[in-house]
Amino acid sequence: MMMYVLFGYFATVSILSGIFTIALKNPVHCGLSLLSLLLHVAGLFVLLNAEFLFAVQIIVYAGAILVLYLFVLMLLSLKTEEQYLHKKYPFFLFAGVAILAELLILVFQTPYGGAKGTATPEVVLQTGPSHAVGITMFSDYLLLFEIVGVFLLGAIIGAIVLAKTPTGPVPEPTGQRE
Amino acid sequence: MIPLSAYVALSFILFMTGLLGVLIRRNFIIVLMSVEIMLNAANINLVAFSHYLSSMAGQMAALFVIAIAAGEAAVGLAIIIVVFRGKIATNVDQINLLKW
Repeated sequence: MMMYVLFGYFATVSILSGIFTIALKNPVHCGLSLLSLLLHVAGLFVLLNAEFLFAVQIIVYAGAILVLYLFVLMLLSLKTEEQYLHKKYPFFLFAGVAILAELLILVFQTPYGGAKGTATPEVVLQTGPSHAVGITMFSDYLLLFEIVGVFLLGAIIGAIVLAKTPTGPVPEPTGQRE
Repeated sequence: MIPLSAYVALSFILFMTGLLGVLIRRNFIIVLMSVEIMLNAANINLVAFSHYLSSMAGQMAALFVIAIAAGEAAVGLAIIIVVFRGKIATNVDQINLLKW
C-alpha cells in the first residue's frame, strides 16, 4: 500500500514538474521545475531498488548539471519575450498528444516478460547495492567505463575551447571600408 | 507490487513532455532542459526493466546516460554562450545561418 502511495506521489509530481518546465514563461522558474522533476525521479529510483543511481541522480543531475544551467541562465540574463512558444505550437501539441495516446494504449496491452537475470534483491542485499554496481561496472562494463571517461575529457576540452574569450592578434579586416 | 506498465507509461508521458518542449519552445536553454527531461524518462525505463528482470544491465546503462547528459549540458551551454556573445540570436528559430 505504501509503495502505491509513494509511486503515485512521485509519478504525479514528476509529470506536473515536466509540464511546468516546458510551459512556464520565466526561464528561471523552468529551471526550478526541472529541479523538482529530477528530485522526484530520484525518489522513483529508490522505489526501484537503485540506491546508487539515487545518489548519482541527486549529486550529478541536481547538484552539477542543473547548477550549470541556472548559472548560464543568470549569466546571460535572458529577457522573457511575449511570444515564448513556437508559432505553430498547436500543431505540435496535437501531434504529441496523439502519439502519446497511441503509445499508452500499446504500453498497457503489451505483456512484459523476458529472461530473468541473476541480480535478485536478495543477492544484491548480501553485499549492498553500491558494491553490486561497482563490481558490475569494473568487470563487465570496464571498456564502456573507459570510453565514457575519454568522452567526458573530450566534452570538457570542447566546452573550454568554445567558451574561451577570443584573444590574440586581431584579424585584418578583409572588406574595404568606404 | 506496482506493475511494470505503470513505470513504462510514466516514462512515455515524460518523454513526450520533453519532446514537446523541444518542439514548441523558442528559448535555447529551455530546449536543452527538455532534452534532459527526455534523458530522465529513458533512465526511468531502463531502471524499471532492470528491477523487474533482476539484472544490473539497466542500471549500468542509466549511469552512462547520466554521464552523457553531463557532457551534453557542458557542450550545449558552451555553444549557447558563443551564440549569445556574437549577438547572433536570442531564440532557436532565429539561428538559420545553416538553413538551406
